[in-house]
Amino acid sequence: MPGFVRYLLPLFAFLALAGLLYKGLSLDPKKIPSPLIDKPAPTFSLPQLYAPEKLLTQNDLKNQVSLLNVWATWCGACRQEHPVVMQLAKTGVPIYGLNYKDKRPDAKRWLKQYGNPYRANAFDEEGRVGINWGVYGAPETFVIDKQGIIRHKHIGPLTTEALNRDILPLIKLLQEADG
Amino acid sequence: MNCFRQLFIIIALLTALSAQAGLESFDFTKNVDEKHFINLISEIRCLVCQNQSLADSDAELAHDLRKEVYDLMDKGQTDAEIVTFLVERYGDFVLYKPPVKPSTYLLWFGPFVLLGLGLIVLLRTLGQRRKQTEPEFSEQDKARLQEILGKQDKDEQQSS
Amino acid sequence: MIPELGHYALILALCLAMVQAIFPMIGSLNNTPGWVNLARPAAWGQFVFLAIAFGALVQSFLVNDFSVLYVAQHGNTQLPLAFKVSAVWGAHEGSLLLWALILGGWTVAVSLFGRSLPDDMLARVLSVMGIISIGFLSFMLFTSNPFERLFPAALEGGELNPLLQDFGLVIHPPMLYMGYVGMSVAFSFALAALIGGKLDAAWARWSRPWTLVAWVFLTIGITLGSWWAYYELGWGGWWFWDPVENASFMPWLAGTALIHSLAVTEKRGAFRRWTVLLALLAFSLSLLGTFLVRSGVLTSVHAFATDPERGLFILAFLSFVIGGSLMIYAWRAPSIPRGGGFAMLSRESLLLSNNLILMVTLAFVLLGTLAPLLYDALGWGKISVGFPYFNTMFVMLMPILVLFMAAGPLTRWKQQDPTTLLRSLRIAFILSLVGGVLVALPMLSGSLSAGFAVALSLWLVITLIISARQRLQNKQGLASLVTDLASRGGRSYYGMWLAHLGVAVFIIGVTFVTQFDVEKDIRMSPGQDVTLGDFLFRFEGVESKPGPNYQSQFGTVRVFKDKQEIALLHPEKRTYQVQRNPMTEAGINAGFLRDIYVSLGEPLGKGEWSLRLYYKPFVRWIWLGGLLISLGGLLAASDPRYRMRLATKRHTSSVTDGPIGQGSQA
Repeated sequence: MPGFVRYLLPLFAFLALAGLLYKGLSLDPKKIPSPLIDKPAPTFSLPQLYAPEKLLTQNDLKNQVSLLNVWATWCGACRQEHPVVMQLAKTGVPIYGLNYKDKRPDAKRWLKQYGNPYRANAFDEEGRVGINWGVYGAPETFVIDKQGIIRHKHIGPLTTEALNRDILPLIKLLQEADG
Repeated sequence: MNCFRQLFIIIALLTALSAQAGLESFDFTKNVDEKHFINLISEIRCLVCQNQSLADSDAELAHDLRKEVYDLMDKGQTDAEIVTFLVERYGDFVLYKPPVKPSTYLLWFGPFVLLGLGLIVLLRTLGQRRKQTEPEFSEQDKARLQEILGKQDKDEQQSS
Repeated sequence: MIPELGHYALILALCLAMVQAIFPMIGSLNNTPGWVNLARPAAWGQFVFLAIAFGALVQSFLVNDFSVLYVAQHGNTQLPLAFKVSAVWGAHEGSLLLWALILGGWTVAVSLFGRSLPDDMLARVLSVMGIISIGFLSFMLFTSNPFERLFPAALEGGELNPLLQDFGLVIHPPMLYMGYVGMSVAFSFALAALIGGKLDAAWARWSRPWTLVAWVFLTIGITLGSWWAYYELGWGGWWFWDPVENASFMPWLAGTALIHSLAVTEKRGAFRRWTVLLALLAFSLSLLGTFLVRSGVLTSVHAFATDPERGLFILAFLSFVIGGSLMIYAWRAPSIPRGGGFAMLSRESLLLSNNLILMVTLAFVLLGTLAPLLYDALGWGKISVGFPYFNTMFVMLMPILVLFMAAGPLTRWKQQDPTTLLRSLRIAFILSLVGGVLVALPMLSGSLSAGFAVALSLWLVITLIISARQRLQNKQGLASLVTDLASRGGRSYYGMWLAHLGVAVFIIGVTFVTQFDVEKDIRMSPGQDVTLGDFLFRFEGVESKPGPNYQSQFGTVRVFKDKQEIALLHPEKRTYQVQRNPMTEAGINAGFLRDIYVSLGEPLGKGEWSLRLYYKPFVRWIWLGGLLISLGGLLAASDPRYRMRLATKRHTSSVTDGPIGQGSQA
């Protein structure tokens, strides 16, 4: 190594670090990607919100491209995303709810008040299914393909922007895929 | 957004720090050893908190996960199995101790590679320095120091 | 009116910082004494205006001026007086103002105590400090103005984060900032010397006490932070390797390497290129810490409310200051002479080895802190790096450092005869080995780690005793200790002695508390007893009590040993008026050899509560170690040889220093 290059090393090291820090400014350390992407949806079997005697299982999601939306009445951001979910439901995409650690009467009242976009709701009182799905904060939304494989997870409230950018194109793509 | 974020952080900070894990509800007289349990959950990161372990967090999810870990331990699962259970659901993020695998070699072995390189440079420097006869400071240098500091330096040269 | 005054004072301070940064530097380069002489008055003026601005913010808090946004957010009429003042630095904007004020203070100190420096050197030092000040003042004025008005004014303030309503947090940030900002003095000296091309003995002599004092503040700040976390967070932890903690530990490591390297440079003229790089590094890491804490790129327990825009500003400033200084380094370093030679075994070589270990430690702390960011940025997934990683690495590296630390003081400059060194070390080695094995025996502790720690500490302590004996033998025994303390170089030596002793104490504290602490989470009803180790805890219930600005759930626990009551503890849970979240206040019975620690959990109905009980042996030794290290640093900094004579000033007051490097080229 020529003599003077040695003294440039600290500068190069710093420039690399500065580049990393710059990149870091546009990353969100709190977004944790799910290891379940491209894996079969975890099995579950939960009573439905409106019909406790009927069970909702992962098999009900199969043979169609569907969404699983994790929500709860205690979650403020769920209220925030609700209009977007309602709008999405109107486009005909099947949306299933995972009512996470909630109380049945509260949940029913909430849906009555704000509208019910869900085909059916799995009622996960203890949050055990939530753990299996790697839920760490409501709201979260999973996109599941026809074979019952998780293809995408959106963390935090759904926005129109996220729908148009990520979710709707993905749903279209998955619907076109055969199976 | 900004305001929302700040609020979120403040709330997270407060809930996170008023930490009380509430382990009192667990029964440590049977299959699960308390110390063993605490050691395991203190190496698992709580996902919703700022930067806290399952053992220290008071978040709702932390409560649930502690219970889950307790139940798994109660069923006789090993630490490795429990860790795999959590990683399958939440990813490597939950581990305060990153697993040793090719992508973390940098983290686990990098410092020692650096130590090795440093040793080589150190020994080379020492080797060169032994042969070197360059004065500590040039005569001009010393004169300048004397000028600045006064003559008081001389006695010190003899001591220590 | 007052806030506007503060705002204008800030703007004026920025203008003066610009004067201080630009003119003296140019003047020193093209021999214009008039411009050089601007440095000092500009520095003074800047400090005065910063003090006015700071005073204005304090005043706004004292009079509850909720038309100031910052006061409305963090002040409150109910806040006790002391916390109204400390609320000034309780959040981002105000803490920046404190940063700037402290920088102004250090600048004035340099201009005062630096009167014996050649004018051109002093001008360059002050100019570099002015540049740093410009960065922080414009950061404040453009992105984080503490005097921003709120219209209409709020009727009542938000509240200072209850966590910060505590004595520890009143003094912890100022101490830490004194350390961070103090490192800018060594940085400015290094940069000024590089620009002037004179990295000479005077530069090393000059930098040393400043670096020591800054490092002492940093040590105190970190120690206080650790102590605060221990008693305030309620889970008995004292160090979590959180990014914010690491941000303060990294400049400390670089500073520690720097004070050791400076010793060689001052004494032997060697390692100049390395020392100057360390001086740049120590302050660069302080700046990096500021970025990490305030930009939100990492998740931390105690970060400020963050904002990427602010992050971008600091990053740009950081790049300018650090990148610029490293460019100057790359330009000048090749022409810096190497200084005196030394043998393979000499104090120089041991100090260099110590620097290597400190740098590897620094590297792994930096790597571990930034790894989550690095892996995310490279698309390798999200990972967490926490205490198990740092502890493993730390425990592997520290023993090597301690080995060198013990041998250093027994080794001569230039060349050490290995046989004499081995002879003195042999005794220490045998004694510490015996001590360690004894402690590790099953009847005593049965813990290998404890045995190892005791061996390491003994190794340090015994070599220190041998070294002191050798030193005092040359000076006719113990009676001359007092005269030795007054001699030139004496306090440097005893400072080192104390600080190294502090490390030995720290090792014992850390190891014993991690090895032998006992913890229990338990549900208790009033009147119930529970035993933990040798102690019996009696829970007497919880009553509700009002505090000045909070409501307290006030618990009472009596602790007995051998049927004797030894402590009456009051763990509390406080609910503050505005931010309703409960805060825990642990009840602690502190002792030299052990702490008893109780914190209150949740009410479980019918007067029952969940409680967390701890027995923490030797935990105080951790902070005692930190205290000894700080005292040692202070003692060393007070060494008489750093007191420069003012009388000789006249001879050196010319600005014509001639071509670059003239003084130092051999």
